[in-house]
Amino acid sequence: MAATASEVKLLGAWPSPFVLRPRIALNIKSVEYEFLEEKFGSKSDVLLKSNPVYKKIPVLLHRDRPVCESLIIVQYIDETWTSGPSILPWDPYDRAIARFWGAYIDDKFFPSLVGIAKAEGPEAKAEALEKAKAGLELIEKAFKECSKGGEFFNGDQIGYLDIAFGCYVGWIRVTESMHGFKLFDEEKTPGLVAWSERFCTHEAVKDVMPETEKLIELLK
Amino acid sequence: MAEESSPSSLTLLDFWPSPYGIRVRLALSLKDIPYTYKEEDLQNKSQLLLNSNPIHQQIPVLIHNNKPISESLIIIQYIDETWPDNPPKLMPDDPYERARARFWAVYVDKNVYELGRRVCLSHEGSHEERERARGELCECLKVLEGVLGEREYFGGVGLGLVDVCLVPFYAWFYAYERLGELEMEGVCPKLVAWGRRCVGEERVGRVVPGQDRVYELIVEMINKKLRFDQ
Repeated sequence: MAATASEVKLLGAWPSPFVLRPRIALNIKSVEYEFLEEKFGSKSDVLLKSNPVYKKIPVLLHRDRPVCESLIIVQYIDETWTSGPSILPWDPYDRAIARFWGAYIDDKFFPSLVGIAKAEGPEAKAEALEKAKAGLELIEKAFKECSKGGEFFNGDQIGYLDIAFGCYVGWIRVTESMHGFKLFDEEKTPGLVAWSERFCTHEAVKDVMPETEKLIELLK
Repeated sequence: MAEESSPSSLTLLDFWPSPYGIRVRLALSLKDIPYTYKEEDLQNKSQLLLNSNPIHQQIPVLIHNNKPISESLIIIQYIDETWPDNPPKLMPDDPYERARARFWAVYVDKNVYELGRRVCLSHEGSHEERERARGELCECLKVLEGVLGEREYFGGVGLGLVDVCLVPFYAWFYAYERLGELEMEGVCPKLVAWGRRCVGEERVGRVVPGQDRVYELIVEMINKKLRFDQ
């Protein structure tokens, strides 16, 4: 199904990892869209009207109908534009596993990443770091199982779990830079180290992935 | 090709009053899919459970042909996708309606258990805590009433994903009334009617426990300081 840019709009902000997810998905499907950047610190009327429950970005507007929640939007994109490459795995079990890890990444890993920034004092920081690293080791295992020898979580092609986790790579690098330690570890998470390079340079990702330096500038 | 299953190839690890477990049982019951039910003691979890869900170590876990699936919303979608020829279809065909169903299922997940739990616990708390807990639960249920609108079910003419996710919490309504001093017919009359309609159907009623039984168990769990989502 072709779409004109005016039919597809995405409300978002360039630094948000959640907004990055639908952008990558739309790129995979070669769907043109209008990106409506929300001003930092305020919420537009369009946003408040299209996501009254959470009032958060991203919101996809397709023919003026809003779709909210980043991973729900990614699945919507996959199911709507079926002529492009598939984002979710074909097999129901593989799909369940991808959804499981997507939920883990949002419910457990992301809070542990935020926990590092929030921790006060060297002891608390060290503990928060260990927690995040333990999470990454689990994700490394997930990568080995899901990729089945391929370059991406989704196998030979980029997919749902690559998007779900890859959106955090920029912020992982910011955390590494600001706190002076490595989260992606050559020894403990070699698969993820190699994968993150491939992910960030992928056609569908490279033009929308925010630069680490720009994210660091934001925090200053 | 129709997926076959027998009780030997499909096992559900569960805990009878868990709303998350009831959802999965409901999906299997609605679709008439045979399976083996295995009750877990949450204070003494089986090795099978710990091996099948090592990350969260929680029920429900569905094991199909020795492959485990965890997280109730994910399990329900797996069931719907694996047995597409067993009606009813729990997910709509249209991608926009599917996105809406997922959105509201996640909303139920994020809010109803926790707000309901706070109402039940606030029974022993301060007046302020009770008022706040009641207010938040009522607001949440009213939002859901708005989503239901004039339809018989969230899924339209029949039960769908959101109905399956929410109806186990209908079993908690009596507990909200007793412990939260809420009058549910007054708070959300449409949801009360919807809940009655759902449990009145044989395939639902045989799975969702009675409100009295759930109330007694909630009181017991509060006294023992236990949770359903552990």
